[in-house]
Amino acid sequence: MLKSKTFVKKTRAGGVMKIVREHYLRDDIWCGSEACRECKQESTVLQADACIESNLCPYPHYVVPDTNVVLHQIDVLEDPVIRNVIILQTVLQEVRHRSAPVYKRLKDMIQAKEKLVYTFTNEHHRETYIEREQGESANDRNDRAIRVAVKWYSQHLKADGLKVVLLTDDQGNKEKAEENSLVVYKFDEYVKNLTANPELVDRLALSKDDKAEIISSKVLFPEHLPLSKIQSGIKSGTFLQGTFKASRDNYLEATVFVQGDGAESTEVLIQGLQNLNRAVHQDVVAVQLLPRNQWVSPSSVVLQDDGAAKDDDMDEDEEEKALRISAAEAAGKPTGKIVGIIKRNWRPFCGMLNVSQIKESTRHLFTPADRRIPRIRIETRQASTLVGQRIMVAIDGWPKNSRYPNGHFVRSLGSAGEKGTEEAVLLLEHDVPHQAFSQNVLSFLPKMPWGITPEDMVKRQDLRHLTVCSVDPPGCTDIDDALHCRELENGNLEVGVHIADVSHFIRPGNALDKEAANRGTTVYLCGKRIDMVPELLSSNLCSLRSNVERLAFSCIWEMNHNAEILKTQFTKSVINSKASLTYAEAQMRIDDTNKKDDITESLRGLNKLAKILKRKRIENGALTLSSLEVRFHIDSETHDPIDLQTKELMETNSMVEEFMLLANISVAQKIYDEFPDCALLRKHPAPPPSNYDILLKAAKSMNVEIHTDSAKALADSLDVAKVDGFSYFNTLLRILATRCMMQAVYFCSGMDSDFHHYGLASPIYTHFTSPIRRYADIIVHRLLAVAIGADITYPDLMDKHKQSALCNNLNYRHKMSQYAQRASVAFHTQLFFKSRGILNEEGFVLFVRKNAIIVLIPKFGLEGTVFFDSKDKAGPSLVFDEEGPTLKVEQTTFHIFDKVKVTISLDDSNIQHQKIRMALTEPVIPGVSVAAPDVEPQAKKPKVDH
Amino acid sequence: MAGLELLSDQGYRLDGRKATELRKVQARMGVFAQADGSAYLEQGNTKALAVVYGPHEIRGARSRALHDRAIINCQYSMATFSTAERKRRPHGDRKSTEMSLHLKQTFEAAVLTQLYPRSQIDIYVKILQSDGGNYSVCVNAATLAVIDAGIPMRDYVCACTVGFVDETSLADLCYAEESGGVSSLALALLPRGGQIALVQMDARLHQDHLDTLIEAAMTACKGVSKVLDQVVRQHLQEGSTLRE
Repeated sequence: MLKSKTFVKKTRAGGVMKIVREHYLRDDIWCGSEACRECKQESTVLQADACIESNLCPYPHYVVPDTNVVLHQIDVLEDPVIRNVIILQTVLQEVRHRSAPVYKRLKDMIQAKEKLVYTFTNEHHRETYIEREQGESANDRNDRAIRVAVKWYSQHLKADGLKVVLLTDDQGNKEKAEENSLVVYKFDEYVKNLTANPELVDRLALSKDDKAEIISSKVLFPEHLPLSKIQSGIKSGTFLQGTFKASRDNYLEATVFVQGDGAESTEVLIQGLQNLNRAVHQDVVAVQLLPRNQWVSPSSVVLQDDGAAKDDDMDEDEEEKALRISAAEAAGKPTGKIVGIIKRNWRPFCGMLNVSQIKESTRHLFTPADRRIPRIRIETRQASTLVGQRIMVAIDGWPKNSRYPNGHFVRSLGSAGEKGTEEAVLLLEHDVPHQAFSQNVLSFLPKMPWGITPEDMVKRQDLRHLTVCSVDPPGCTDIDDALHCRELENGNLEVGVHIADVSHFIRPGNALDKEAANRGTTVYLCGKRIDMVPELLSSNLCSLRSNVERLAFSCIWEMNHNAEILKTQFTKSVINSKASLTYAEAQMRIDDTNKKDDITESLRGLNKLAKILKRKRIENGALTLSSLEVRFHIDSETHDPIDLQTKELMETNSMVEEFMLLANISVAQKIYDEFPDCALLRKHPAPPPSNYDILLKAAKSMNVEIHTDSAKALADSLDVAKVDGFSYFNTLLRILATRCMMQAVYFCSGMDSDFHHYGLASPIYTHFTSPIRRYADIIVHRLLAVAIGADITYPDLMDKHKQSALCNNLNYRHKMSQYAQRASVAFHTQLFFKSRGILNEEGFVLFVRKNAIIVLIPKFGLEGTVFFDSKDKAGPSLVFDEEGPTLKVEQTTFHIFDKVKVTISLDDSNIQHQKIRMALTEPVIPGVSVAAPDVEPQAKKPKVDH
Repeated sequence: MAGLELLSDQGYRLDGRKATELRKVQARMGVFAQADGSAYLEQGNTKALAVVYGPHEIRGARSRALHDRAIINCQYSMATFSTAERKRRPHGDRKSTEMSLHLKQTFEAAVLTQLYPRSQIDIYVKILQSDGGNYSVCVNAATLAVIDAGIPMRDYVCACTVGFVDETSLADLCYAEESGGVSSLALALLPRGGQIALVQMDARLHQDHLDTLIEAAMTACKGVSKVLDQVVRQHLQEGSTLRE
């Protein structure tokens, strides 16, 4: 049957267009129920005995949520308890228009087989399609469409003894549905009556009437302007649009980052609760600048919103006054106030519950782990069980008469301080996607048992006969590189680097590819790995394990004995690794003069060439920098760290690294030659000279000259920098130099002109050698495969704008994964010191600050701050000299590189922010330093510097 | 705001069709008495009128005449009221000149022009309402008009527009789909022999998908040809019953 849809649309130019569209109605859309005998469907989704333990609906039934229920209560709907759900096309489309994140979650839910969600295309079904009536709004029409569909379903399934329950939070809709004698419940009503799962109730988002109940009548905040006014304001220049960034140290202060044209971007300061006007960190907001005479400068006061007792509005004024006075002194920065919110950027936040003093109260405040997020008021009946747990809370809204935003409980992560919980928190807070891979993603994995087929061999070279081996850290299961070296008949050497052929398994554009692109990198935490690709690939099919046939992407050079490259060849291949060694094992084989087997000979050849390569690289001006990497020995049963060790570097480490660098550089050159516009490369910009100030000053204090004109000058001067009787000096200097460097980033060659890699002193560089754990390498593999004619291109690969967007994501993920890694090390360090009690250790002063020194303990690779002033009592006299830089505390002067002794202990007074406390024991300063270890350090409030 | 979802996960398109389904085709032949042949054809909301004059002597410059076959003169135009936005469409704008040229090429491949040396066949097509697939609808309408004029052809020429989205070929695109960023391809086919009279595509598409897309277009064209065949047979039946 044919219907035509006619509607009027306003064009961008302001004209009015009448649009006529065809709308076909079908009678071959089935109901998706197992029980139905009428529909001629091939497969069904919904069960015949769809029972759930409930007081309200003890009979078998399906539920149909309406759009608002899906939008607001997706947290509950996602719970595995709720199954046999019918999602109407009307609902799906409305959700799609209104919220992209919810739409994605809804789609994931539909994909998940065990959730039993059926999508019913009601808009194209002959009996459930309805036309909009005269004077009916689009929303009313959609509500009616939902009711009609539910009615059809209940009649359709009547004979089969099944009922269909409409869930809506809209009173009007509910009444109309009741008139039509449908089974209809409010969502909270339905959920509260699920007898088996009372904990779902807390996850309910507050509906409108609940919200009205909570808030008092007093208006605390000015009204937000409507979007239309904001837009015209931005156009006329009275408002500015920017991203809201709350201050970490002061909850009454924030900046709005306004992105201007090109490099012109400004920051607008916002101060005071009224001016902040309910904006939350990361929201996109509209600001209005205040008149120039009200401009202030950022205050240096640290203010934490910590009065648990003080609810809403009391002492606020005083704190604000304090803020003003301190701020008024200095010259002002542009200051403004928030007039409206353009886009909220709320995500679920991790944190802990502050239980209300009133015992029976169900409303509690929630303190997020991130200090930039305001506290959130939530309603829960299980406060007593949630105390001491890390929980996640989502914000529902922030009414203008409420001091805090309202939210609802999403889920509990476990008790605070426990390893699993803290790990989950740091993953969530660093935005690391760590959920299990969805069914949709897993469906693109190769079917097991997997084997190499003749089709696979068409464009591959058979290298199974070569003596290939891999060298990795111990316990590594995702082996993505293997090497070989052999002597050719003409006396030259053939060296091959074989990289796992991940791009063979991950085809562009499918769900698996998209997921990997989004994750960007595998994240390694202490004792845990968050994979970028499913385990079947990362630890099995792609991992170049020994004595199995694996697909590889090989880079093979012919070299002479001076490690000069004579010929380079790239090819897809099949290899059979003969051994997977650890660095130590490989080192032992090389050193053991009795061994003469192929693998060992191959390793010796590689090692010899690597040394030459390294020497050449360093001659070219590559930097060898240093940072202390710590490795925990983790107890195999309790998974607690029992010992801590700085990572040792062996010759074989640098052997592997050298060939990886060589492969990366060769590949970078090749793909850039082939695709000058869309090669994915990696660059490391030279740092601006001012970055080196701290290094220069520090070296000068020890009478050492450092040259920073070029990477080569820096490398050379670092090499000769030595102080007698201070063997650790050089390492310290290199650590300092590392801090001066810039971040290396991925970029698309068509969007940039500066390709130089400063640290490696290479004119061009990319990542090719770890496709199992980095997405950038997969793209590089694809580009290289196209360049050698082994694979085909696809449009997104050749689009420099898309690729540049991808690079941004990869850089972001890379950065976040590093932060997460560091946070994980910090947490394990805390665990370690928790079990150790107080220790007395030797360290070096790394930096000198106005009121503190930062101390590095080489034994643990641990850095901490020793503060000399404290809030609660008068501190010692401090004299800071910026030239040195030195700090004179009473009679003692601290320089960079001074040797000190400190006590280390764990400060767990604030369970959300545990930290390492350091206190000085040597040199002894009366009233400042503490005595020997077993005495409890007091008075100081040091913390670890991340 | 999210763009249009051209193909839902359930496999339905915007207007409720499945990927391979055509729009509803309705046609009438012999709608104009004074022309030698004429036809009116609707494919969904795209409606076209085709009129054929000839074969007749060459009008205008005699030198254009070909000694061994007839020349085909095509003229394509769109009514001012044919699109949502009302626009003046002067004759001979670039788009319609191109379309005229395509039509000409299509019919030169199908009409047995060598039967009429030194003569001319005129085909005029006007789009009355436009909702995607203008070229295909014109070809289909003109085929019927040529048949109505009694001019011998090798076979019906059937055309169809297909698009490619989410690894699926969509047959017979409507305007919303054509403008929704789908790479579309128009193909005119002589269905019995499977010869292609014209393929036209000006979007980017990966080479690997081209074969499947052409395959889908040919299937769609064969579907169109069945409908056209029915229309012709019905028209003949009506004509013969009238004469009796």
